[in-house]
Amino acid sequence: MKNTFIGAPVERREDLRFLRGRGQYVGDLAPQGLLHAVILRSAVAHGHIRSIDASRALTMPGVHAVITAKDMPGGPPIIPMRLQPLPEFKPFEQPVIAADKVRYVGEPIAVVLADSAAVGEDALEAIAVDIAPLPPVADRATATKGASALFEKGNTALVFSAVRGDAAAAFKDAPYRRREQFKTQRHYGLTMEPRGVLAEWDAAQGILRVFGAAKVPFFNRRILAAQIGLPETAIDMVENDVGGGFGARGEFYPEDFLIPFAARQVGRPVRWIEDRRENLMAMNHAREAEADVEIACTRDGVILGLRGHTYADMGAYMRTNGAVGARNVAQFMSGPYRIENIDIDVTLFMTNKTPVGTYRGPGRFETDFFRERLFDMVAKDLGIDRVEFRRRNLVADAEMPYRLATITPFESKDELDSGDYQSTLDRCLMEIGWNEKQKLQGKLIDGRYHGLALGCFIEGGAAGPKETVKIALNPDATFTVLMGSSAVGQGVETVFAQIAADALEVPLERIREVLHGSTAYVSDGYGAYHSRSVVMGGSALLDAVEKFRAAVRADAARRFGCAEDAVRVGDDKVTGPDGRALALTEFAGIAAEGFFLNKKHTWTYGAHAAHVTVDAKTGRVEILDYAAVEDVGRIINPNTLKGQVIGSLVQGLGGAFLEHLVYDDQGQLLTGSLMDYLLPTASDFPNLRSVTTELKPSPINPLGAKGAGEGGIIAAGGVVANAVANALGDFGVEPRELPLSPPRVWEMIDAARSNAAAE
Amino acid sequence: MTTRFEVNGKAVEVNVEPRMTLADCLREVLRLTGTHLGCEHGVCGACTVLVDGEAVRACLMLAVQAEGRSVTTVEGLSNDDDLTPLQKSFRKHHALQCGFCTPGMITTAHALLSEEPDCDADRVREVLSGNICRCTGYIPIVEAVLDARSAYRKPAGDRG
Repeated sequence: MKNTFIGAPVERREDLRFLRGRGQYVGDLAPQGLLHAVILRSAVAHGHIRSIDASRALTMPGVHAVITAKDMPGGPPIIPMRLQPLPEFKPFEQPVIAADKVRYVGEPIAVVLADSAAVGEDALEAIAVDIAPLPPVADRATATKGASALFEKGNTALVFSAVRGDAAAAFKDAPYRRREQFKTQRHYGLTMEPRGVLAEWDAAQGILRVFGAAKVPFFNRRILAAQIGLPETAIDMVENDVGGGFGARGEFYPEDFLIPFAARQVGRPVRWIEDRRENLMAMNHAREAEADVEIACTRDGVILGLRGHTYADMGAYMRTNGAVGARNVAQFMSGPYRIENIDIDVTLFMTNKTPVGTYRGPGRFETDFFRERLFDMVAKDLGIDRVEFRRRNLVADAEMPYRLATITPFESKDELDSGDYQSTLDRCLMEIGWNEKQKLQGKLIDGRYHGLALGCFIEGGAAGPKETVKIALNPDATFTVLMGSSAVGQGVETVFAQIAADALEVPLERIREVLHGSTAYVSDGYGAYHSRSVVMGGSALLDAVEKFRAAVRADAARRFGCAEDAVRVGDDKVTGPDGRALALTEFAGIAAEGFFLNKKHTWTYGAHAAHVTVDAKTGRVEILDYAAVEDVGRIINPNTLKGQVIGSLVQGLGGAFLEHLVYDDQGQLLTGSLMDYLLPTASDFPNLRSVTTELKPSPINPLGAKGAGEGGIIAAGGVVANAVANALGDFGVEPRELPLSPPRVWEMIDAARSNAAAE
Repeated sequence: MTTRFEVNGKAVEVNVEPRMTLADCLREVLRLTGTHLGCEHGVCGACTVLVDGEAVRACLMLAVQAEGRSVTTVEGLSNDDDLTPLQKSFRKHHALQCGFCTPGMITTAHALLSEEPDCDADRVREVLSGNICRCTGYIPIVEAVLDARSAYRKPAGDRG
């Protein structure tokens, strides 16, 4: 294998269409005879549906059908969980449409099919829905009280526990302990392209084509096939260009059944494109978590144990990957640190709010905020430098593989694969100029307080069990790569072309196309999540190239009448013994599928440091400098890698400072537009830097890659919260909750001043 | 209502409901799907087009209001042969990932650089702050726009 393109800043092939407005997203498709679907959603957070009367809507010109749960014989299908599909979650899974009870504002009640979306929206107004309201459950206290229950089983889906060693024993005689409470707010993986589905039922061939697939099309096909009563082979899931994923897009949502079902009902293509208000209330939410945790240490700052309770708001249903973030809050609270004794549980409770799913760095953003805030408080208590405190507790390379706390139920065991955690910490300190800037810590300069902080993190990648990639030789000596995982905007077409060109030892131009995300391309695929596409798919690609060469050798051996191992496959010809040779194009049509099987995870790691200022008059925080250092094992494309780091970092800063899905106590979403749900803009965070290294290639895959889609977001909340705390050290401000919006920062300062005045 | 205007240099005549937005008209009637809809309430900027050279949110303008105007979309700022200097700069700086906000970024940046080819980074950030990108973190977009300024500067002799 050559190493010409891997590691090179190759410009992206995708850009040629995107820059000219020639990308093709699902909303751009408009086949003949198209009908538009719009969805009537519950305006009530919790209630019993007494009646739905669509008769007036059906008389409106241009309205073709109104579909409700009554149209589904046997009742609406239930959406199963994709990850951690435990029997305990079954009673909490979501039906594709509300039949008798609604449990959140935004839950689908009816689907209108019309000549245009505008006519369909007119018809929504004409549907009379009578809902008898039930007391809403909008927060943990109400959920725990249990006076109003979302489900027969109550409001608690499950409690996971994360255990390692003997926490009780470690705490018993610990010389130092500190207990703290923290919170992260509900926000989500908003994608710029709202979701969409286009379905066509080809009655003649008995094929259902579903466009707009993303992330996990093979898994979603399995769900849909079972729900709609077709064999998997009768369904083609087609991935178009996808306007952002971030964990949220591409999971199986109610609409992923409703639109194909509608298309089959009416025998015409049906398209549904979410509007932004719907997106804010219907796409998976995330991140709403609380922690009540206690740490035990020696007086010289060696961590003895970590224990406590954490709580994750699941919203109204357990969706496909809804348990992941909660699980991760408990399992990864120890992060890159050596904590031998852990006993942390996480309660997954239900509320009348939009169901949750994963958002980039699921659970990790939350738990890193909890841990790194706690660590800074502990270091201060013990009089130990905050860097030194972390240094003393980082897992050392010699301790790898290092076992993390085990999650039960589900028996999720995990171990850190490799890493030199001290080195990324050192590099980060150097990048930010830590030593020189220490004198600024807490200083008031020109009306603003300066603060510095740092934090260390790990990022898991490479979810198994398998990935599939196919290589095919075309008659013009180019190759086509077909992948089982998906593109969500991260540039896989370019990155896979780089890996393929190096593995095949051909120029980049000879990788004609990289096809992805559609169920027709390869036998099986597992998708784009958990920073897995490059690690899993890239490794499968290497296997596909080996198998392709073996297939060419076998064919050539037959033609030459020689042994297979006497054949050499070059980049443009195939040679046998005695110098006989055939052009490679003679073998056009040969294709081979390769696989990579993996049960372990890769662990990217690093450190972030921030230098901020806080304006005590307004509560505004400005980031003067931010260094994100990450060791990714193997860099395929430094441009796209940096894009992942900076992009996810800005999302993390959005979560730290701006983004908040606010509900009132009636379960009404108060942030239903982008005027209310604030996202980072170009003027918010101009001073960010990314440094990536290749110190420790992963030992568990042939590329040595570790995945790098999430590192930027994971550490952000904890680091900037600590920087704010340090800036406001004179006031004794200790942020325990995100987001650090100007009003919240100002309130903390004001409260600290009032307390000081009262003393 | 019958409405006549110019799109990307070509005269068009459409028959649309008065309530149809310019964005929907471009996408659904004229099938120019490069103009994207990210929020339909004027915040995200993905649908930005040029109307008589000025950057305008096509989701906040009705198609009938385009009567007699000249509309330019991202398709009109592109050609088959090669990327434009602005597009090349976006590609070079990896200023796009999923590509969904990109047409609005291109039209907004084109309008800015056509008027102010000497703008500084703060000005670029100010103008682009009306366009939301969820993938890139904006830094490479700002770099790309700054790097493309030279292509918009008139030769020295032409300057008034």
